[in-house]
Amino acid sequence: MMNTFLLPLLGGALIGVSASLLLLFNGRVAGVSGITGGLLTPAAGDVGWRAAFLGGLALGGVLLGVFLPRSLGAPVVPGVGATLLAGLLVGFGSRLGGGCTSGHGICGVARGATRSVVATATFVATGVLTVFVIRHLLGGAS
Amino acid sequence: MKAVLMAGLAGLLFALGLGIGGMTDPAKVVGFLDVAGDWDPSLAFVMAGALGTHALLRRLILRRKQPVLAPTFPSLKQARVDGRLVGGAALFGIGWGLAGYCPGPALTLLVTGGPTVLLFIASMLAGMGAFRWWESARASGALPHARSG
Repeated sequence: MMNTFLLPLLGGALIGVSASLLLLFNGRVAGVSGITGGLLTPAAGDVGWRAAFLGGLALGGVLLGVFLPRSLGAPVVPGVGATLLAGLLVGFGSRLGGGCTSGHGICGVARGATRSVVATATFVATGVLTVFVIRHLLGGAS
Repeated sequence: MKAVLMAGLAGLLFALGLGIGGMTDPAKVVGFLDVAGDWDPSLAFVMAGALGTHALLRRLILRRKQPVLAPTFPSLKQARVDGRLVGGAALFGIGWGLAGYCPGPALTLLVTGGPTVLLFIASMLAGMGAFRWWESARASGALPHARSG
């Protein structure tokens, strides 16, 4: 109950507060793929906040490892080849589609943007389909 | 400097939210996407918590003329839904379902996630780089040009 309902709601609320802080202070959208992608074409005066946000993410991961280690689950991806393919698809797809789970799924949907609703419905649908194929058609261990 | 510190704090909170919500455990993410199996609804509650909080707070924030530490709020013109949006989201979803990582959780696990996460991140950055190359090659006419929005 706690694990499938209250903690996810609390975690989600923290993410919502984080996105709101970034909007309130920095005037930026908390889209992780966009923040990361912007570092690949660094522009003067636009690097610091991006690097700091990503550094904050990694630092948060370290704190989770210390105080909530069971939150860091083991990988489920079936093998090195699948890991490489998944990374490429997530990287290329998020840039082509203009956002990921955070930028479209949270910030865009919270804004009521049609594009973000369509993108979120699309990536949840292909995610569901992918897991169905791997787990139930191929019977993989993922 | 203040803006950089606030962005860092936002990133830190974001990571803690992901971790408390269970999103740094790829088994829970894949469990959410596995609607035909033992479905794990956690991600839906994370989304609900984030959406509710942010939808409410952003309305209050946008009453201000400008952000505290920046000149303007983002101007997000509503572009139309096009093939790039749907195609990109479709590819993204396949990768997400395959590994159970999207960019936020993966980068949260940068230090603590081990070799699989590092490989995923390296590959994700390569994918973003490939997109940049593809964009500039198309723009310079080196690749055949399908008309898009």
